[in-house]
Amino acid sequence: MNMHSKTDLRELSYAEAIREAMDIAMARDERVILMGEDIGVYGGAFGVTGDLVEKYGTDRVMDTPISELGGAGVAVGAAMTGLRPIFEFQFSDFATLGMEQIVNQAAKIRYMLGGAVSVPVVMRFPSGSGTGAAAQHSQSLEAWTAHVPGLKVVQPSTPEDAKGLLLAALEDPDPVMIYEHKILYKMKGHVPDGYYTTPIGKAAVVREGKDLTIVATSIMVHKALDAAETMAAEGIDAEVIDLRTIRPMDRDTVLASVRKTGRLICIYEAVKTLGVGAEVSAMVAESDAFDYLDAPIIRLGGAECPIPYNPELEKAVVPQVPDILEAARNLAKGRV
Amino acid sequence: MRDTVMPNNIPYAISRYSAEELKDALKKMYLIRKFEEGAEDSYMRGLIHGTMHLSIGQEASAVGSCMSLTDDDKITSTHRGHGHCVAKGADLSRMFAEFFGKESGYCKGRGGSMHIADPSKGNLGANGIVGGGLPIAVGAALSAKRLGTGAVTICFFGDGANNEGAFHEALNMAKVWNLPVVFVCENNKYGMSTSTERSTAVKNISDRAVAYAMPGVTVDGNDFSAVTEAVDAAVERARKGEGPSLVENVTYRWRGHSKSDRNRYRTKEEIADWQSRDPIVAMAKLLVDHKISTEDEVAEIEADATRIIEEAIAFATEGDNPKIEEVTRDVYTKGAAA
Ligand SMILES: Cc1ncc(C[n+]2csc(CCOP(=O)(O)OP(=O)(O)O)c2C)c(N)n1
Ligand SMILES: [Mg+2]
Repeated sequence: MNMHSKTDLRELSYAEAIREAMDIAMARDERVILMGEDIGVYGGAFGVTGDLVEKYGTDRVMDTPISELGGAGVAVGAAMTGLRPIFEFQFSDFATLGMEQIVNQAAKIRYMLGGAVSVPVVMRFPSGSGTGAAAQHSQSLEAWTAHVPGLKVVQPSTPEDAKGLLLAALEDPDPVMIYEHKILYKMKGHVPDGYYTTPIGKAAVVREGKDLTIVATSIMVHKALDAAETMAAEGIDAEVIDLRTIRPMDRDTVLASVRKTGRLICIYEAVKTLGVGAEVSAMVAESDAFDYLDAPIIRLGGAECPIPYNPELEKAVVPQVPDILEAARNLAKGRV
Repeated sequence: MRDTVMPNNIPYAISRYSAEELKDALKKMYLIRKFEEGAEDSYMRGLIHGTMHLSIGQEASAVGSCMSLTDDDKITSTHRGHGHCVAKGADLSRMFAEFFGKESGYCKGRGGSMHIADPSKGNLGANGIVGGGLPIAVGAALSAKRLGTGAVTICFFGDGANNEGAFHEALNMAKVWNLPVVFVCENNKYGMSTSTERSTAVKNISDRAVAYAMPGVTVDGNDFSAVTEAVDAAVERARKGEGPSLVENVTYRWRGHSKSDRNRYRTKEEIADWQSRDPIVAMAKLLVDHKISTEDEVAEIEADATRIIEEAIAFATEGDNPKIEEVTRDVYTKGAAA
């Protein structure tokens, strides 16, 4: 739990917060090692591991060859036998090459062996669009892993949670997949000093409101908060929930909010269909919260296409603040 | 093309290719260099959003490898693919337009630098995934064999890609099915920051050929003639139905891996040493020494390349952006997405 006082105003970037979490974990626990492509002297493609190799050496900050399947599998095997690897996919897109070890092995080994072993591996996935890197370097594939029992899947949206969720992931005896949004790496925010964890499986109500509920993930939390400010000026009081973990999902927090507001928008960057929004909507539809709905649920997600290169197109295929505002205004009509 | 028999002491390429072909090769090398410099400049001036991987210093490998190919032959390329694209005969204006994200670009602004392709010239595309093109090249060779087209596929890949499973699976299948494919490894010493010494169990990438029972050879990738000699022989074997080969062109990338590289994994001296072995300077010298061109002609070829690049940048700058309403076009061949 985060037990730190909010008077501590130290700010770090999201990338620095992740690095600090890894640094703290490595200092307290010899078993923690980092593995990934160009995470040593290069410092990671997004600079997340930075200079950790200087502090811990190449035995604990290991540059792997360009071998995602093998690398992920080595991390799984090491996790089964006493190490605590944190494996970085250079881009989440390249985790598709490692899916065998994630889906068939890491997720299932404990179950298949009747609980005889655990696989305490942590994997990091820099994901999302906005960098002009086009279709094979911009995807949001978190729903792929979230579909698999045996894995836990988190998406921190702030530096504070990026640190707390990584430390929680290391404490967790099961495989935890952390999807980090590339555009957030430079975002600054308050990060408590020292060791703390952010609970896996708990959403956060980041803005309280009474007129409608916006459930958002990752970078969309910030867009939702932006939109909520504009809405407030128009007399619409939005509640914003940062889902933070998508498996297991925090049912109670979402349902309580929907019971209160009666209106729901779910917003995420991944392709709209068959994703997080479908799950959140179904969770509401299958519960008593359904009776509280005053309007249909709205999902805002990515367009049904790969991420295009042209910057205007790239922007157009993921939800933006004006899209949220339009949805909220439509939803609020007749009530506010 | 001339006869393949080589008189003594005459470099292979000089005896094999006509003066026109050799001058055209030099021009392509200049076009690659100037395309990359233009790309870099556009990037520095903030005209480009995204990333790019420049192949400055590797021009002899791209152009030399494609010398004996026709437009029916195929190539698969990599993230560092601008050179392969030019070598396979792409239009520089449409390349630049793609780099600028315009509808007039090769991929209609959808793909960008890392996905430029020209299937009409047999270029099946650059690739954002390291090793992604290796099995695809084997598939293209399978088509050529089954359909009896006589086409050969050259598969370009980097030293870093040789540690992906796809590399090993692809070479094995190519051999088992005896397919007309040439695997051309551009060994520029590093996969991003990781040297081959730190990533690869064998000394030469061509040593891997032994495991897949195919010929493997390592050549100086900055020596145009050495590259053509090795790759032409492999292409000929493939064409005759004698199966796949692996050629390793040892070269060097002068620039960083991508825009954000601080070059902390290599020394300035190493970079300067390789820069003193400029493959374009060597090629120009080869042509002058063998009286294929005069120095003035070399200067004209370079000036011609400069002009083409300027025109290409102007074409790209003027082009229209793709229409936002059409963003889901081409996800499927027929009709729109669900
Ligand atoms: C599957 C996959 N892993 C990692 C990357 C990130 N990446 C892009 S290029 C590159 C280095 C590739 O090295 P090499 O094959 O030697 O080609 P070079 O860049 O030297 O031309 C890396 C790690 C990627 N694009 N795809
Ligand atoms: Mg390389």
